Amino acid sequence: MTEENTVQTLSTGAAPADPTTPLVEVDDLQVTFTTANGDVHAVRGVSFDIYPGETVAIVGESGSGKSTSATALIKLLAGNGRISGGSIKVEGKDITGYNEQQMAAVRGGIIGYVPQDPMSNLNPVWNIGFQVREAIRANGVAKGKKDIEAKAIEVLHQAGLADAERRLKQFPHQFSGGMRQRVLIGIGLGADPKLLIADEPTSALDVTVQKVILDHLESLTREKNTAMLFITHDLGLAAERASKVIVMSQGKIVEAGPSLELLQNPQHPYTKQLIAAAPSLASRRIHSTVGEHLTDGVEGPDMLTLAERHEDSEAAVEAAPVVVKVEDLRKTYMIRRGSFKSDPLHAVDGISFDIHKGTTLALVGESGSGKSTAARLVLGLEKPTDGQITVGGVGMADASSKQLFDLRRRMQVVFQDPYASLDPQRSIGAIIAEPLKVHKVGNRKSRDARVAELLDQVALPSAMADRYPNELSGGQRQRIAIARALALKPEVVVLDEAVSALDVLVQAQVLQLLADLQAELDLTYLFITHDLAVVRVVADAVAVMEKGKIVETGATDEIFENAQQEYTQRLLDAIPGAGIEFGA
Amino acid sequence: MLMYVVRRLLQAIPVFLGTTFLIYFMVFSMPGDPVLALFGDKTPNPAVLEAVRAQYNLDQPFIVQYLLYLKDLLTGNLGTTFSGQEVTEVLKRAFPVTLKLVTMAVVIEFVLAVVIGLVSGLRKGGIIDNANLVIALVLSSVPPFVALFLAQYFIGIKLGWAPVTVGANATWGAMLLPATVIALTIYVTGMRLMRGSVIEAQSADYVRTASAKGLTRRRIIPVHVARNSLIPVITNTAASFGALIAGTTVTEGIFNIPGVGKVLFDAIIRGETATVVSFVTILTILYIIVNILVDLLYAVLDPRIRYV
Amino acid sequence: MSDRTVEHYVAPIDENAAVEVDKVKLSERRSNLWSDAWRDLRRRPLFYIAAAMVVLVTVAALFPSWFTDVDPTYSDLSKSNAGPEAGHPLGFTFQGADVYSRIIYGAGTSLSVGVLVMLITGAIGIPMGALAGFYGGKVDSILSRVGDIFFSIPYFLAAVVVMSVMPSKNVLTISLAIGGFAWASLARILRAEVLQVKNLEYVMASEAVGRGKFSTLMRHVLPNALTPVIVYLTIALGAAITAEATLSFLGVGLGNVMSWGNDIADAQSSIRVAPMSLFWPSLALTLTVLAFIVLGELLRDALDPKARARR
Repeated sequence: MTEENTVQTLSTGAAPADPTTPLVEVDDLQVTFTTANGDVHAVRGVSFDIYPGETVAIVGESGSGKSTSATALIKLLAGNGRISGGSIKVEGKDITGYNEQQMAAVRGGIIGYVPQDPMSNLNPVWNIGFQVREAIRANGVAKGKKDIEAKAIEVLHQAGLADAERRLKQFPHQFSGGMRQRVLIGIGLGADPKLLIADEPTSALDVTVQKVILDHLESLTREKNTAMLFITHDLGLAAERASKVIVMSQGKIVEAGPSLELLQNPQHPYTKQLIAAAPSLASRRIHSTVGEHLTDGVEGPDMLTLAERHEDSEAAVEAAPVVVKVEDLRKTYMIRRGSFKSDPLHAVDGISFDIHKGTTLALVGESGSGKSTAARLVLGLEKPTDGQITVGGVGMADASSKQLFDLRRRMQVVFQDPYASLDPQRSIGAIIAEPLKVHKVGNRKSRDARVAELLDQVALPSAMADRYPNELSGGQRQRIAIARALALKPEVVVLDEAVSALDVLVQAQVLQLLADLQAELDLTYLFITHDLAVVRVVADAVAVMEKGKIVETGATDEIFENAQQEYTQRLLDAIPGAGIEFGA
Repeated sequence: MLMYVVRRLLQAIPVFLGTTFLIYFMVFSMPGDPVLALFGDKTPNPAVLEAVRAQYNLDQPFIVQYLLYLKDLLTGNLGTTFSGQEVTEVLKRAFPVTLKLVTMAVVIEFVLAVVIGLVSGLRKGGIIDNANLVIALVLSSVPPFVALFLAQYFIGIKLGWAPVTVGANATWGAMLLPATVIALTIYVTGMRLMRGSVIEAQSADYVRTASAKGLTRRRIIPVHVARNSLIPVITNTAASFGALIAGTTVTEGIFNIPGVGKVLFDAIIRGETATVVSFVTILTILYIIVNILVDLLYAVLDPRIRYV
Repeated sequence: MSDRTVEHYVAPIDENAAVEVDKVKLSERRSNLWSDAWRDLRRRPLFYIAAAMVVLVTVAALFPSWFTDVDPTYSDLSKSNAGPEAGHPLGFTFQGADVYSRIIYGAGTSLSVGVLVMLITGAIGIPMGALAGFYGGKVDSILSRVGDIFFSIPYFLAAVVVMSVMPSKNVLTISLAIGGFAWASLARILRAEVLQVKNLEYVMASEAVGRGKFSTLMRHVLPNALTPVIVYLTIALGAAITAEATLSFLGVGLGNVMSWGNDIADAQSSIRVAPMSLFWPSLALTLTVLAFIVLGELLRDALDPKARARR
């Protein structure tokens, strides 16, 4: 190692940066993780530069190596990971050989970091002030108790916490997610670093909060001429926020360039595939491709071409009979406040909607809007406080338990988390056959045949029946959950954030599958989601929920092109990359 | 916080009633004459027998008996021991000795658990860690009374480094050996908790963020790793109190330390069940109090509970 | 902003050709929780040692005569505290009985107390914890308060009281005295685990299919909450053996039954002259408890895929 082992006094002051020499030069970076099953090469020869004041985004699916590349820059890889090759130069000095002490001088002061999950990144046992002050003290930005305190307040003010003085003594659990992320941004920028690494900084937040925070982050970094390395899975977000986009897949860079050019004129097949699969406001409703080209996914479904077909289905929607009718549905929880009081929480506060046969209604809202509670009520997993749900002419409120049991055959559900929705101790075959067994349909042999048929419908090999869920990917598990939901040939399927946890290519594949099944089996979907971009490609009608109430409802295109309510418009505006034309 | 304290104290009331009732029920619902059972193998003279019957109000219906017993308990009337001494008097003499022994054992246990757990957790998979885990397994398998005999035999008798028995002169020094042995038989659970949370904390997001802020390892380990890991270890001390009581009973018996455990030990050995029941009740109430104190300490350590 | 031109880089296309989205890859060997755990256990030498010890104690408990033909109850006072001799490898007790033979015959007592306590603990603790956690609300309030009461009496003290007033002292009564209180910890552990599992989506999915609540508990919740129970019960078996020995040592255990605890208590008085007759039963006791604790720890590791990944 040629690196001198002295602690370098890297400049942390506000010396004017030379815009023509790169701040960070990454050359042929390799990162390896040692695991029980041998070495995993997570990053395989990645090179890029970041210039002062520039915003660069790395985009990729999970497992692409995007986050690993970013954390390698400040050498904060997980314990079993190491930089196994290449160099990282910060202001011309290679840091790959730096020891912990030398790195401590780089971190915070030269390279700041804003992590992904605001919930887990603040230490729960120390108050906010303590955690901000220690960052300031460690980087020598201010000296003396008073100055440090003043700087802490200033930093939090800048990050958008108006009442910082009062909140210094509070603990993380007393802050909302958005507020915590502001604190983390404050800490990341507290020592005026030259580069800020933002690793999916807002993916855990609601879209409207996300937009406010990103806008704020952008103006702060511009003001201070801080360079930013932005890690995201969202192409639209990358294009909107960065001047240069790097697309990674399987540990390598597949394509990199100016963001607009890359999105509108992608060259690499993978980038094209990614852009085509990303739902955006420009997309249109996906329709079944059965009989045209099947969902084997070699190329991945193409939302743009699909969207061009059928735009005339709205009339048909109106004509179809109503399958699910919800009238003035209410659910009130008693929330304990302190020891003896409890306050009512109106989770669902008088909502009504109809779903026509063979169509999809999307119930959209941010966290806490009551959309998931509504789904559980419709499914009969919880009893409503008031109101009526009618499915296929049977009112659930006054149905006998026998009638309710029979209703379950007509209405099934697919949940959000592919890793929690299948019992890990049952084989795939047993999982798919469970509804048949519970409802005593057929005998063992006929059930086995049905399982094979269902696996085929969701494009999985029938050999999978005697395997266990732990062998499958998230997308495959979700397809198993769909197969289970279809086992009893239901009329209605409730999709509760069913594609939210999936990567964009897999998400597109599952959405296509859902569209195909809907056409083939004349299914009716209630699609619960927070993601408006997805709504555009799946739904015939939309109901927007806010604080337990439906604020606006209408046909999908109507809502997207001509939203009447301010809240709906705000949601639409907050979708990343809303204004960008994608090309393919 | 005040609400939390009040709530915790209110919760203790049914537990107090339940445990005392349960102990009372166990004694007086056994087949045969409960009063005779209280004397174990001995045959008391009729006068003593009558005195005991009166003390426990055995001529009343069961529930009245219990309520009267509860009244006695709450007014500090704990009855007499077999040899006719007031239980409160015995307690006054013996309790400070036991408190000394327990305090010493808990301090040693806590230090062992925290230090070994921290070192082991920071060097997970290393030689120290593996050696520590093996020692812990063996130590947690040795029954406390066996450990005490071994210590008494090797350190007391063979090496002569410590007094074989403590006797009336229960000084800190004389009790160091028994306290250490108790600590060694119960530190393992705490050590494992510490080690586990240290390992977990090292890969916690907030620790990574602390590094990203530019903090050095020397600050991160105590402030962000160890501090957070202490919470479960301290809570565990309450859970280990049960084992500690079993430990002190056997320890005070074997090392002849004149504490509460010794009184209980003697009463058990001599079959003086009435005394056994009195002291078990007292120790149980003590256990409930310790549990409350630890829960309150937990609230002090963990702001998520303090500020609801 | 600089006026640097950002070049548009495209990776060589053949090298990174578009891959099939979400390709199905089934491995050769099938895997699920139990088979993975078993495979993990079989790779660990410590597992064989602990298992061998458990088998040895079990066989000694069932067929003591396979190991010795010396009558453990026969005492020859002239041999009091005598050292080893031919046919008596571990010497004699204070009463002049054969130490080795008494250890072999004492195994049955220890093991049956351990197994009985395990069964009693499980029989009370599993339903209490599972029902409290799964049904919540009033059921939880009632069951958990009952559990709190039992939890608040240290089980050693409770056993001392029960055994003090119990007219008949045998393996069953001592097991009831220990297990009758030790279940409270198990119920707490299981309740916490059930609370986590019951909120997983596969549990909701099962109810959405129309499976009844109790059936869902038995089929989906309990099997997935059982890992800590198995670990706890294995370790509890060892702890129960210790508790029996301690109670016997205090004279409120198994009065006339042959047991390691009784033998250790008897040897106590002659610790200065004949430490070995105290040492041998203590060693048997410690090794047996150790074997169960090691098994419990190995099971904990094997059944927890996360712990396996951490190792």
